[in-house]
Amino acid sequence: MARFPFSAIVGQDEMKLALLIAAVDPAIGGVMVFGDRGTGKSTAARALAALLPPIMVMEGCRFGCSPDDPRACPGPCEATAAVRRSVPFVDLPLGATEDRVLGSLDLERALRTGEKVFEPGLLARAHRGFLYIDEINLLEDHLVDLLLDVAASGENVVEREGLSVRHRARFVLIGSGNPEEGELRPQLLDRFGLSVEVRTPRAITDRVEIMRRCAAHDADPAGFGAAWAAEDEKILQQIARGQKRLSKMDVPDAVLVDAAELCSATGVDGLRGELTLMRAARAYAALKGAKQVRREHLLAVAPLALRHRLRRDVLDESGSTARIERAIAEQFA
Amino acid sequence: MTAAAPAPTDPALADALLAARLVAAEPRLGGLCLRGEGPARSRVLEILRAALPAGAPWRRLPGHIDDDRLCGGTDIAASLAAGIPVHQRGLLAEAVGGVLIVPLAERLRIDIAGRIAQALDQAEAENGRFLLVLLDDGAEGDERPPAALLERVAFDCDLRRVCRLAEEAPLAAPRAVGGWLSDDGLDALAGTGMALGIASVRPLLFAAAAARTAAGIAGRAEVGQADLELAARLVLAPRATRLPPDASADEQTEPPEPPPPGDDPAPDPPGDAEDQPAPEALPEDLLIEAARAAIPPDVLEMIAAGRALRAARGGGGGRRTASKLRGRPLGARPGLPGGGVRLALVDTLRAAIPWQPLRRREPAMPGAGPIRFRRDDLRVRRFEERTATVTVFCVDASGSAAIARLAEAKGAVELILAQAYVKRTEVALIAFRGTPGEGGGAELLLPPTRSLTRAKRVLGALPGGGGSPLASGIALAGQVGEAIAARGRTPLFVFLTDGSANIAADGTRGRPRALEDALAAARRLAAERRHAVVIDISPRPRPEAARLAEAMHARYLPLPFADARALQAAVALAAPPERSGRRPAA
Repeated sequence: MARFPFSAIVGQDEMKLALLIAAVDPAIGGVMVFGDRGTGKSTAARALAALLPPIMVMEGCRFGCSPDDPRACPGPCEATAAVRRSVPFVDLPLGATEDRVLGSLDLERALRTGEKVFEPGLLARAHRGFLYIDEINLLEDHLVDLLLDVAASGENVVEREGLSVRHRARFVLIGSGNPEEGELRPQLLDRFGLSVEVRTPRAITDRVEIMRRCAAHDADPAGFGAAWAAEDEKILQQIARGQKRLSKMDVPDAVLVDAAELCSATGVDGLRGELTLMRAARAYAALKGAKQVRREHLLAVAPLALRHRLRRDVLDESGSTARIERAIAEQFA
Repeated sequence: MTAAAPAPTDPALADALLAARLVAAEPRLGGLCLRGEGPARSRVLEILRAALPAGAPWRRLPGHIDDDRLCGGTDIAASLAAGIPVHQRGLLAEAVGGVLIVPLAERLRIDIAGRIAQALDQAEAENGRFLLVLLDDGAEGDERPPAALLERVAFDCDLRRVCRLAEEAPLAAPRAVGGWLSDDGLDALAGTGMALGIASVRPLLFAAAAARTAAGIAGRAEVGQADLELAARLVLAPRATRLPPDASADEQTEPPEPPPPGDDPAPDPPGDAEDQPAPEALPEDLLIEAARAAIPPDVLEMIAAGRALRAARGGGGGRRTASKLRGRPLGARPGLPGGGVRLALVDTLRAAIPWQPLRRREPAMPGAGPIRFRRDDLRVRRFEERTATVTVFCVDASGSAAIARLAEAKGAVELILAQAYVKRTEVALIAFRGTPGEGGGAELLLPPTRSLTRAKRVLGALPGGGGSPLASGIALAGQVGEAIAARGRTPLFVFLTDGSANIAADGTRGRPRALEDALAAARRLAAERRHAVVIDISPRPRPEAARLAEAMHARYLPLPFADARALQAAVALAAPPERSGRRPAA
């Protein structure tokens, strides 16, 4: 059954924007989505993965290696031909064990032939794609640590059970969770590149439109997909254009100064916030087809890049989004 | 109301039976949750089984199931016995095309729930659907199956009050083509969901599918008002988080977008259903009424107590933390035993055994036994422990409060202390009086302790008099609460005050500012989701204290109406839920 088309998702503009930025610049460091259940978080993430053009993979390679980089494969890999494969989307279950995530000894081979062979885990499967974790706030802390580590380094190093393997694991980490059900530790939160707050659509018309589109998709997935193919194609072109422009994107000094001022005004600690803000602004400008980053690009992505890095202020009841908007209004009025 | 059931059937049972037929006819409805153990539930299961195609899988999920059995994998025991890898299919795969029954669903571990939720989502894309039946034996509203699963089944049926059984013959439900649902019908469902404060979109999709299926089963080509009402009653009402605005009072409170009649170029409204309302009655109002009447009593209670959000979390409430020694087993992790950490023997064996053929090829260490262990094989146990509660008393010792009934308040506190002692919980004491910076303000007189005598002594020596820096008191309570939570315990605040603040957070005098600051501090405490009770110690209950309790999302209790024992009961009620039945470390 065909996936729900990305362009057919009603509303959720901020989440879609964050996903597009991550698609243009996967090094942004993942997206954390806060929100209630049933607001289409996972639908949007899956839809984006399905939308992206297929990638070339060495045939039968268990590590999803690209033909452009044959020496990166830890092997043993005898693949000679490359094949087309859709962008991987891995859904990490809550109860996943370290073995399943990192990879472990291949039990079957060990039992049958007594061979010591590494069986890649979910991280290898997510290579060059998306790793989605629903309710990441309920995931055990040690697993979250591990995932963020690999997501940041792009490499999974396994040194256990007598195995010593390292393989590429570059993926866009998408976490979702409802803060009311348990918070993520602030030091983990800070390591996500972008964060999004998803709310349920307030307007009746939007909700009715969602019901209508879901019913249409259920009744005839292929037909529904075809009806939205043109819209999806536009988004795809926008991403492709963004990816191409990204490397040549120029950041004027004035914008750098703006970014630094905004970070200090909102009280964001550390360099990570500033760097991510710049990265996000570049990706956004590239998506928009601009030649260089302008202040408007920076301000548009500021809530995404900074929201989750604000220190909690007991004397300030307003949400972090409001605080960023206020800082923007004060600084750049 | 239900056309399908004969008259003597209990309406709740009739609804559940209908829900069973609907999910059998339309697997996209996900399944159903049945609350309350008893013959009525067996009856519904019987009807569901009969309604499914013959030979459809029917699997029960044991609560202690492991990952391999649930999702499939290598069967280690069988593999070792046979000498070749033996694969087993997972229970989730076996249930495809049939039913997966989860007994004691309110106690289901979240990791298993997560797996099932994922399987349901994947099934949607890969045509591997199965119906999920949650058997919920939870007694209270705050002990419910995991929210991730409740969210993914269309129906939530309460059978706890059913006293008559249906004399209905089980019959196979034909796969019916769903009826056509007009735009007005969609609008009405969406409006009803909004009026009930349902945030998630899934219930709306379920409601639409349920209405269509109900029409299909009844042989109607088009969804009628009765079908919509059924969907509102069975799908939307149990998920209400607020009461709908009263339709008779004012229909303008509804979102102002009722589509103009005749706007839709689609076929005319059907005339075949006799229960079709007169065209001037707004279907949405009727739906909201139907839903309002069907909101289960415990959901109503929770809405009234302002706890809908918390209860909607499911999973039984109460904070959890991983522990090395006590509580529910969480599974094993690689690690070294010692320092209070226990070895998980079976998991260690499981880790070591696959390696044996390899290790036997290597020269044996002197004294090696039949099984060769390495350090990497060692697995240790972890448990999940319910967090202990720390009761924090925040006593207003200002002049106004002291003159009132500080002594009585102290008596009440002593009773609660005695109870805390029995339950081995800790207590802390904060007092606030006078002006901050002038020898007064809020002070932590007693940091969290188990020492009852110390607490009594400090309380007895507590002097009264001076201004009422309520805001500072609440702010300090917040800080103390944070420190308690950081140590993995759950704070419970008991405020004893008359609510008449007259010193603001910055130490200036003046009632309006002071009250405003106090309310702001109270709201922050509520935002932290702390449990609290406000006990009004003024001679006559005052609106200030009640407002304070409201801002704090706390239980409000005027002292004049409560003797010390009633107070104690109220505090026990407000305490964060705690489950009994902790298992000792194995």
